[in-house]
Amino acid sequence: MKIGREGPVIFSEIEPYAGLKNALNLGKTKVRDTVRDSNLKGRGGAGFPTGLKWNFVAVSPAEKKYVVCNADEGEPGTFKDRVLLTEYPGLFLEGMIIGAFSIGAKQGFLYLRGEYKSFLGILEKKLEEMRKDGVLGTDIMGKKGFSFDIEIRMGSGAYVCGEETALIESIEGNRGEPRNRPPFPANTGYNGYPTVVNNVETFAVVTHILVKGAEWFKSIGTEKSAGSKLLSISGDCKKPGVYEIPFGTSIKEILKMADAKDTKAVQVGGASGVCIAKSRFDRKIAYEDLSTGGSFIIFNQSRNIIDAAKNFLQFFEEESCGQCTPCREGIPVLLEGVEMLKAGECTQVYLKELLSLSETMQLASKCGLGQSAPNMFISVIDNFKKEYTLSKVNKKEKKFNG
Amino acid sequence: MDNNKRPFSQDTSRAPISQRGQEVETIGRGASKAKIKITIDDIEIKVPAGITILEAAKSVNIKIPTLCQHDDLCLAGVCRMCVVEVEGQRTLQAACSYPISEPVNVKTYSPRVRRARHNIIQLLLKNHYGECYSCSRNNNCELQSLAKEYGVSTYKFGHIDNPRYEKDTSSYSVERDMDKCVLCRRCVRTCIDLQEVGVLEAADRGSGTKIVTYMDKPLEDVICINCGQCINRCPTGALKAKDPSQAVWEAIDDPSKHVVMQTAPSPRAAIGEEFGLPPGTSVTKKLNTAIKRMGFDRAFDTNFTADLTIMEEGTELLLRLKKALVDKDKNVALPLFTSCSPGWVKYIEYFYPEKLNHLSTAKSPQQMFGAVVKTWYAKTNNIDPKNIVSVSLMPCSAKKFECERPEMNASGFRDVDHALTTRELAGMIKECGIDLPNLPESNFDDPLGTGTGAALIFGATGGVMEAAIRTAYEIVSGSEVPFDKLRITPVRGMDGVRTAEIPIKKAVDAWKFLEGATLKVMIGHGTANAKKIMDMLCQGELEGYHFIEIMACPGGCLGGGGQPIPTSPEIREARAKAIYAEEEGLPYRKSHENPFIKKIYKDFLVEGPCGRTSHKLLHTSYTARGKWIGKEKGNRKKA
Repeated sequence: MKIGREGPVIFSEIEPYAGLKNALNLGKTKVRDTVRDSNLKGRGGAGFPTGLKWNFVAVSPAEKKYVVCNADEGEPGTFKDRVLLTEYPGLFLEGMIIGAFSIGAKQGFLYLRGEYKSFLGILEKKLEEMRKDGVLGTDIMGKKGFSFDIEIRMGSGAYVCGEETALIESIEGNRGEPRNRPPFPANTGYNGYPTVVNNVETFAVVTHILVKGAEWFKSIGTEKSAGSKLLSISGDCKKPGVYEIPFGTSIKEILKMADAKDTKAVQVGGASGVCIAKSRFDRKIAYEDLSTGGSFIIFNQSRNIIDAAKNFLQFFEEESCGQCTPCREGIPVLLEGVEMLKAGECTQVYLKELLSLSETMQLASKCGLGQSAPNMFISVIDNFKKEYTLSKVNKKEKKFNG
Repeated sequence: MDNNKRPFSQDTSRAPISQRGQEVETIGRGASKAKIKITIDDIEIKVPAGITILEAAKSVNIKIPTLCQHDDLCLAGVCRMCVVEVEGQRTLQAACSYPISEPVNVKTYSPRVRRARHNIIQLLLKNHYGECYSCSRNNNCELQSLAKEYGVSTYKFGHIDNPRYEKDTSSYSVERDMDKCVLCRRCVRTCIDLQEVGVLEAADRGSGTKIVTYMDKPLEDVICINCGQCINRCPTGALKAKDPSQAVWEAIDDPSKHVVMQTAPSPRAAIGEEFGLPPGTSVTKKLNTAIKRMGFDRAFDTNFTADLTIMEEGTELLLRLKKALVDKDKNVALPLFTSCSPGWVKYIEYFYPEKLNHLSTAKSPQQMFGAVVKTWYAKTNNIDPKNIVSVSLMPCSAKKFECERPEMNASGFRDVDHALTTRELAGMIKECGIDLPNLPESNFDDPLGTGTGAALIFGATGGVMEAAIRTAYEIVSGSEVPFDKLRITPVRGMDGVRTAEIPIKKAVDAWKFLEGATLKVMIGHGTANAKKIMDMLCQGELEGYHFIEIMACPGGCLGGGGQPIPTSPEIREARAKAIYAEEEGLPYRKSHENPFIKKIYKDFLVEGPCGRTSHKLLHTSYTARGKWIGKEKGNRKKA
């Protein structure tokens, strides 16, 4: 099953369906207790406690509940889910079934990124196999009354559909735009029913926890960030690829692992993440320090950070859903600002305005996309002062006449 | 959410779940109507679970600025103007869409909030092209007000210098100028959720987002019903009605033209708002003075032909009933639907063309008026109809399209030449320097200036029904409807769909077959409710119903797309109240009692209601358009 992959949790040895079997023996409540006690947090990047989320849905009196697996892996520089989707599909699908059992869902969706259409065959085959094995369908593994099945829904290439409420809108057949939160999907999700939305990796981890226990899981990682994280390492290094590291691993260690030399900066968390300068390479991958959905991009000394920031902002300009003002209108202003910085045309005064705008975007945007769009810009301004020079003449501001 | 305070669009089938008000579960907190103690700007209040921070703040007179929020529409939370601090939350929260489900501490003007609002206004202004002084919404623009409120003195993030979009002036009724659009999506929510027509939707993403019609086609080629509700809810001047006031001025200024004005019922109760009067101030007689001072040759009353409509439509109903009940004609289409609302007419032409036989063939009062002016009035006053310019004051943008319908020229001339909205006439009055609120009063001109109370209430939803019942009941039974002061209260109100049953105990000889029968009627307003009713009809659930009134706009004509902006449930209710109050003071309150109606049937329409002349001049035919999008069956005139 393993193709030379190693890691403390996800890539550790596991017997298929052992987690589900344990779950069915434990009963709904104890499964949730186990997940809660493991301190597992969402692997998509936001880090919401999985056990808590499941509990919200489980205790709701709603007549229908849903489980959704977010496989809309769209963050630039992230490709760790594709490893799970193609090489370990049984692992996270089993996690979904465990989740469905513990919250009382009968229907699940696998929301697959549009660009991952080629994986459809593998996944459909796996689902069919699991149906034959009796772990999907009615009376799963002989458990009377526990019925569950998973349907694959394709995305159409919108980055924002990785945001859970936009993802639900998309599954419902609407334009993929984030909803107002609250209410959260755990309260009002697919078709208005309580819905658990978790990342592929989260479900994969759940399966391991149900086999090996919460204590085992907590023994890996740091106190506040239990377990491990899959990283998609790319950029200027000799050994790019998907790595599983325990939480608490420092950037320095990771760079060594990937055999990166002459590193200038590391972008942790993709376009929506932050850019770390060399002086801070002792920082660690952990929810309490650097939280990431898995993207880890290495820049060496030959790279221009301003260009990188511009590239990310161009990405956001294209991928913003266009719904809320700060994100839709703010990103082009920042993009223009980056160009001004590069050309040395930005003044101290205007830079202050841009930082104020960045704050507004972080605070007032409707969803995580807009809230994190200015991160890279702020990182550059704060951490890479040598990369730009400020101008004394403000060409931008347009005064009113009179 | 309190049922009475739900937005009008809350229950429509096309309002997405995500936009509806949230039912907050209060399990574990005892009663479902649990009150929650919250703090807003250090003021402690108790509010019912589920209401938004915005509503809670309003209750203690704290104003939170909004732009995309509208009382008639579902939640959006997209403009982000209303962001506030909620203790414990990392980011600012949109007050308009944050349901209160637990005790919260809210700050509505913290430094972060103020900075955010300033920046958001700057961002909105950045791409808002155009100068305020050349805009139809100058001094009545929510963006302009916000800019003023927040003391915008520079365009911090720049300002667009050139237009990006071509204006869409293709429609007879609604013009779109997307350069002024701030993407609040009120028009989208109006069209999809409130009216369930679905002409407008957001397309593309990011900074390229724009509001488009189907395939970005001109408005005249898509299935727009011209109701203009989007105009009424646009915070800026991105949407406006096509303004014919220049042509009207030219007609007034041309001495060879005899320019007559007909005034529909609902603008009278609303035009005062354009002059700073509170909603619900009726200015009928002052308006007559203004119209005459402006230079119109006659100030007539659409109510005259509203009475005529009742005679024609009421007779049509009774004839259909007779055919169905006495002649046992299986092909008679019942229930009969009213046809006064041109938005509704176009809606049924598009969405239910196979049901057009249910629609009354009677023209709307506006068009009947036009036909009468250019025939009877022209003849009796020795005026060549080709020199008559017939202008109407309407609460409606769809009336402009109705004027242009090719079939509306039975007299050989256009029935109505120009339809002005309430807003446009107010503009013309202001241009003359006429101070409407302080004018002396004057009456309408005869012979087309007498209307009954029954006609006046056409302006409110249920009004046509009430007027029709007053007359039809009396024709059939020989006595007045058994309601105190003629107030047929079951058909009044603002519920989206209402039904009433009127038993006919006695009948005169001619209508003996109706004795003991019960007249079953239904009223719907807003095309989302029309859709509900039409779906019932298609499902065969309207068996036994006889007469159904539908108005395209929420509240009926008084909430029309040509009425003063803003609109809200409270404003519409105030207008309705004014109309019903004025009605009770009128000398005649039943259409058939109008002395000039008697006269026109004696002197001109001598074959009586639904007779040959009536049919030629006062009745019309419809076009089964279907949902075909293209030049052939869209908004355009027939070739």
